[in-house]
Amino acid sequence: MEHGPGTPLLALEKIRKAYPGVLALDDVSLHLAPGEVLGLVGENGAGKSTLMKVLGGVVRPDAGRIRLHGRDHRYLTVAEAGAQGIAFVHQELSVFDNLDVAANILIGREPVRGGLLRLVDRAACRARAAPLLARLGADFGPDAPLAALSIAQRQLVEIARALSMAARIIILDEPTSSLTLSETDRLLAAVAALRASGTGIIYITHRLGEITACADRVTCLRDGRVAGDLARQEITHAAMTRLMIGRDLKSLHVPPAAPLRPGGLAAAGLVTQAFPDRAAELAVRPGEILGLAGLVGAGRTSLARALFGIEPALAGEVRLNGESVTPRSPREAIARGIYLVPEDRKRSGILLDMTIAENVTLPDLPRHARAGLLHGAAEARTAEAQRRALGIRAPAVTIGVGTLSGGNQQKVALARWLAMRPRAILLDEPTRGVDVGAKGEIYALMRGLADRGVAVLMISSDMEEVIGVSDRVAVMHEGRIAGILDRAAMSEAAILRLATGQRPEESLAGQAAAEAV
Amino acid sequence: MGRKELGLLGLIVVIAGVTSALNPQFLSAVNLMNMANLIGLFGIFSIGQGLIIITGGIDLAVGSMLALLGVVFLDLIANREVAWPLAMLVVLAGGLLMGLAHGLLVARLGLQSFVVTLCGLLIYRGAARYYTGDSTISLGFAEGLDTVAWLAGGRSLGVPHSFLALLVVALVVGVVLHRSVFGRYLYAVGRNEEATRYAGIRTGVVVAGAYVAGGLLAGIATILLVFYTSSVSPSSFGNFYELYAIAAAVLGGCSLRGGEGTVPGIVLGTVLLQVLQNLVNILGIPSSLNFAVMGGVILLGVLADQTLARRRVARAGVPAGAKAAAAE
Repeated sequence: MEHGPGTPLLALEKIRKAYPGVLALDDVSLHLAPGEVLGLVGENGAGKSTLMKVLGGVVRPDAGRIRLHGRDHRYLTVAEAGAQGIAFVHQELSVFDNLDVAANILIGREPVRGGLLRLVDRAACRARAAPLLARLGADFGPDAPLAALSIAQRQLVEIARALSMAARIIILDEPTSSLTLSETDRLLAAVAALRASGTGIIYITHRLGEITACADRVTCLRDGRVAGDLARQEITHAAMTRLMIGRDLKSLHVPPAAPLRPGGLAAAGLVTQAFPDRAAELAVRPGEILGLAGLVGAGRTSLARALFGIEPALAGEVRLNGESVTPRSPREAIARGIYLVPEDRKRSGILLDMTIAENVTLPDLPRHARAGLLHGAAEARTAEAQRRALGIRAPAVTIGVGTLSGGNQQKVALARWLAMRPRAILLDEPTRGVDVGAKGEIYALMRGLADRGVAVLMISSDMEEVIGVSDRVAVMHEGRIAGILDRAAMSEAAILRLATGQRPEESLAGQAAAEAV
Repeated sequence: MGRKELGLLGLIVVIAGVTSALNPQFLSAVNLMNMANLIGLFGIFSIGQGLIIITGGIDLAVGSMLALLGVVFLDLIANREVAWPLAMLVVLAGGLLMGLAHGLLVARLGLQSFVVTLCGLLIYRGAARYYTGDSTISLGFAEGLDTVAWLAGGRSLGVPHSFLALLVVALVVGVVLHRSVFGRYLYAVGRNEEATRYAGIRTGVVVAGAYVAGGLLAGIATILLVFYTSSVSPSSFGNFYELYAIAAAVLGGCSLRGGEGTVPGIVLGTVLLQVLQNLVNILGIPSSLNFAVMGGVILLGVLADQTLARRRVARAGVPAGAKAAAAE
């Protein structure tokens, strides 16, 4: 393995981390030199997050060592990671809206005056924050209120905070997922400035273009292992894509190729709150599973929420079998047979404190009541039938959903809709936090729904799932449907290219190039 | 009855036993009747409070509502000689409208129930005092009220009518809460409003419904209270009663987090509070300690709720959390 310029700032050697049933990291090694930008790429679930948690002291590896500034550690604690100059800039910003920029940068370490009174010395705060901001080329001052800043500017505040803690290793985790193009350029300029000052940077992103633009080296993870390293001159889209994918796709389910039927659930020029200036066009046909792929923040969840009426569309129409039904509330959607199994199961998909039966019948209670009074036997019948049909592993339908495993909870979330009359069902990350066995069962349920003529829309960030389960895949990019792929055109490379905003022509060329190598 | 209610009942029996051992007067017919009357009066609006707490809200205004509705009612029947059935309707409608106002402010505009009903507490108290020029109104020697006075303040077979009224209210609300679709919605909203909305339920209507029911029950309680006291002093009538109601609901198993609580529990909570008050009197404990005793008991109730909730979270959260970590 070749080394970057100078002695490594950081070297992870043969890091291994197993969770029950999953080997999250399998002998992963990577290194980082001062003044180097290391691109870290890999699909969702490849092990990037776990690896970064090891580095941040959140996760303790089972084996391997961490060499930091020439000293070996078997693991780090959160405090050690901070003390050793490792700083994270996360996707979800952890900034304080109600304070100004300087206070955000120096939070917890404010210069004080006034002796025992320990008043915050605002002037000193600003004086310390200003040069950091200047170094990053920020176009706002230390006394700007944070609430007035854009997400891109807040990201710079986060980086400045890292710098103020004398960070020597800065990890940027999907820093541009919510940035515009020009904001991304500014961030890349800040990264270049950091590199010039000798900071080591690990840059994690799905957007390969940024890696090409700024990385000195790339390490690619796949299924918990290092799939390969690329030196500066080897970094190309094709090479990275090949490393990220390079495995045989396990066929989860091969749906029969059936001709598309008319009708189904359609979004006609639907404008969602996440992208008020973009309109999405999409049609899910009866009897098909349409996969909806895209990067985090591409607007997939907002689209589903608009179709379900929980976050009504700003403009455009939702059509069901050709009829305009644009729901203004979930109640309206449900009355039409449009159901959603949301992404955040515990917050919005089920009621953890209620029983299986109560969860299953909740949307359809009036049918389980006589003259407004609940008919317990009817409820139990419905729930019991669903428990059997879905194979929910629970001794009885009267036990709390909170005691079930993730997979069984998800089955309960599905069961309530299966007990009704679905015409279109929207599943947002239906197998997140679900074990492998239950995953297969959920796929079978989805296929069963499609076979009954239901239009099934599956949002998923798991490529294997998208390709293995979908009849067609729609790929979303920044609020628009960037392209739709049928089974023949479906490939990880093609999806990735559409999801990162590249044109499908390139995708085909790229795929050919990837296959030619 | 669940475990919580049985525990509460046991506690009441123990306290009553100890008290009657120390002073047999506790079990005298007069004392029991007096207690039953107070339990009836306080129980009715405590049940309303409980409904609101089950949705995850709180009603600080109920004491002031009693005062405002009380002065209006007395003014109508004693001074203006309005027919009492009509005056009753006015009071019930008034309570309902105040509840509706709170409900809409909370459910429609998303204001916090604490703030909304705190404003209600201040506004209605001020309105009651202004309405009477801050002077006490009493029933006096108004004519033609014998029937209603008997209905609201009398006894049948020695049982105070207020207590019978509580039994009827508890039965009706109990059936609605524990057996009806609306009752299930109330619990669902209190446990997880967002997930309930995702199930297609109009959570705003459900929440507002709880406040409307609370207002209506405050109206009923007003009528009974007025005939118990025979006069209403607008600055003190119903003072702190919202806290009695909250205390009864919390003691009875309602969690201020919402989604928990039963009608039998709230009734037993009211019984416990009245027994404690009675105990202070009958055992010759300085009555100035009254509130301190109540506060101590409520604190214990909240501590117990906290412990149970933590145990529940630990039970529900661990397996799911471990799965999520493994999937990362």
